[in-house]
Amino acid sequence: MIEFHLDERSGLSPYLQLVRQVRQALRLGLLREGDQLPTVKEVVARLAINPNTVLKAYRELEHEGLVAARPGVGTFVTATLADASLAAHGPLRQELRRWLAKARLAGLDEESIEALFMTTFRSAAEEDIA
Amino acid sequence: MIWLTWRQFRAAAAMTAAALAALAAVLALTGPGIADDYASGIASCTTQPNGCSRYIETFFHDHQAPFLAVTAIVLVLPALVGLFWGAPLITRELEAGTHRLVWNQSITRTRWLTVKLGLIALASMTAAGLGSLAVTWWSGPIDKAAAGNSPGFPRMGPLLFDARGIVPIGYAAFAFVLGVTIGILIRRTLPAMAITLAVFVAVQVAMPLLARPYLMAPVKSTIELPQTKIDMLGIQGRGGPLYLSLESQVTTDPGAWVLSSRLIDASGKTVGDTVPVSTESGPCAPRPPGERSETRAEQAQSPCLNELKRLGYRHELTYHPASRFWSFQWYETAIYTVLTLGLAGLCFWLVRRRLS
Amino acid sequence: MTVLRAQALGKKYGSHWALKDCDLDIPAGHVVGLVGPNGAGKTTLMNLAVGQLRPTAGDITVLGNKPGSGPAQLARVGYVAQDTPTYAGLSIADHLRLGARLNPGWDDALARNRLEQLGLGLDRKAGKLSGGQRAQLALTLGIAKRPELLVLDEPVAALDPLARREFLQGLMEAAAEQELSVLLSSHLVSDLERVCDYLIVLVDSRVRVAGEVEELLATHHRLTGPRRDRLPADQQVVSASHTERQSNFIIRTEGPIHDPAWTVTKLSLEDLVLAYMDESTGTRLRPLEVQR
Repeated sequence: MIEFHLDERSGLSPYLQLVRQVRQALRLGLLREGDQLPTVKEVVARLAINPNTVLKAYRELEHEGLVAARPGVGTFVTATLADASLAAHGPLRQELRRWLAKARLAGLDEESIEALFMTTFRSAAEEDIA
Repeated sequence: MIWLTWRQFRAAAAMTAAALAALAAVLALTGPGIADDYASGIASCTTQPNGCSRYIETFFHDHQAPFLAVTAIVLVLPALVGLFWGAPLITRELEAGTHRLVWNQSITRTRWLTVKLGLIALASMTAAGLGSLAVTWWSGPIDKAAAGNSPGFPRMGPLLFDARGIVPIGYAAFAFVLGVTIGILIRRTLPAMAITLAVFVAVQVAMPLLARPYLMAPVKSTIELPQTKIDMLGIQGRGGPLYLSLESQVTTDPGAWVLSSRLIDASGKTVGDTVPVSTESGPCAPRPPGERSETRAEQAQSPCLNELKRLGYRHELTYHPASRFWSFQWYETAIYTVLTLGLAGLCFWLVRRRLS
Repeated sequence: MTVLRAQALGKKYGSHWALKDCDLDIPAGHVVGLVGPNGAGKTTLMNLAVGQLRPTAGDITVLGNKPGSGPAQLARVGYVAQDTPTYAGLSIADHLRLGARLNPGWDDALARNRLEQLGLGLDRKAGKLSGGQRAQLALTLGIAKRPELLVLDEPVAALDPLARREFLQGLMEAAAEQELSVLLSSHLVSDLERVCDYLIVLVDSRVRVAGEVEELLATHHRLTGPRRDRLPADQQVVSASHTERQSNFIIRTEGPIHDPAWTVTKLSLEDLVLAYMDESTGTRLRPLEVQR
């Protein structure tokens, strides 16, 4: 079982935050096939958010084929995102470490590193869309 | 709703019940003794030369303080009901905002008010009725003695009439609903209580002054002077004018409520305090000092009174006889009932339309 | 199914309109946030919805009926009034008894479970409770009545942040469990941002905007760019501010924005509400500019 949280300053709508947290947990292997997601009532009672937000997030996950609702019982994980990508995490992290060391050597402080990463990340994402 | 009304009202009800029980206990313990004293006193005084007037006077004076106290309780009780049960009934809810809680349960405001008004009006009437009943019973003999006294407390007179019989029930119901109505209009407890008291007192004063005398046509009768009760008869200085002041009392009906009392001459015109009759000579001239006897003052007056009677002077009285006591009680209770129902209707209208 | 429908609804106190020309059509199943500054008419609208007030003009129906028209209608609508009034002299148990006696659909088990979860002893007097506890008691009364619509007037305004969160948690739990529609007001949109999925902005006795939050967020944009005084007809200007060279618009539009001169940014719900509140101050200031 995972526990949701909301970040008010993320700029993301609560529903998207829930969806991402489930995907993240699936990727990191925190959620496996057959695991139950918290019920709508539990999420709502914990986060004080609109029940429709949770329902919408779960519907989205269902649509993506990651979870399935069993009426009267709850919502269960039916797939996993971990298999292929989890193995690739190690080498990628290594490369990123090396890159970070280079950036520091070039005289970038933490803020500049973050800004550089985010702008590159965004422009790459935009190119992908376009 | 009955449960809630009772739950909110029970402390006040318990306090009132305790106070009434204490009053009833005191009256029950002392009442029979007073009644026995009076019965035996009246039985023995008939053999006395003076009749019973002396006994009645002392009996009344012995019991005057508690008599006035219990009468005051019955007079004040309706006002207290209006002040402490009526005025805060709705204002307390308005001030705390709890009307918004209770009006949003699954009952209509009309039903809410019906139960509240009905139950507490019933409690008010019961309290006033029991109080009046106990006091009426207890003070029976004293009331009789009080009527014949001077200054008297006739049973039909404003003081005793208001504190005996069934009218206190009507007063209590009226005072309660008056308090509720003013509370709804003013919306704040303390000012509502003050205004309720002022209005209730005004109504209670206006009733005997402006309305009650006209409930029935009063009886008008003239009494010959020797038969009526004289307050004072005297001459100022030698040859001065003759003063005659008459008691506002019907000798044959001491419980009657006298509305007007005047001395009239042969032509029916009102005569002031001084009677134009010779005090130099004749029956109304003062006795020579030797003949004067303090103890026989009344007998000494009679030649003068007979002379005045011969000249055509009479005592004219307008009054409601004591026999009308119960008719008047029912009439007045009916009037207060109508006023109460009218105000209750206004309450319903205000609660449905005006408040939020 | 429509939970609340208002047509040209208005309420007048003396010569002052507390609410005017109000048109609403709120579908069931939403948590509706009613936002506006103090004195905008929120309480008036809510009192009209629960039948505490009668309209001066127009029409309002709640769950298909005239509000407060009888015991049956009262049973279908719950109301937690401003400052969450309770009887100070009565215990919590007395309040439950009050609820049970006055409501045919009373769910006593639900009420007791809720209070137990909150750790509120039944023998405590309501007058001795903290603001947050009193609000929870009032909410319990409103929920255990099992209404189809629960109306709450500024329920969290007087609460500290923790009590505020706990109150909204309880409310959302009930909304999820009982499938009830909720209408709650606040003068702060941040109180409602998480919980409501339908929003009504009320300013100066009038409804400025009403709709599903998602749709509102999707159709409102902030445009920043070179100075411009007019926009295409399909772009409704909510607020505009200009410097000599730059224009800053908040607009509502169904269609896409093609003009490449604009930098288009998304709005947060709070920005959106503030824009509508500013709009009203903008219209009030305009005559002053003319006089100059």
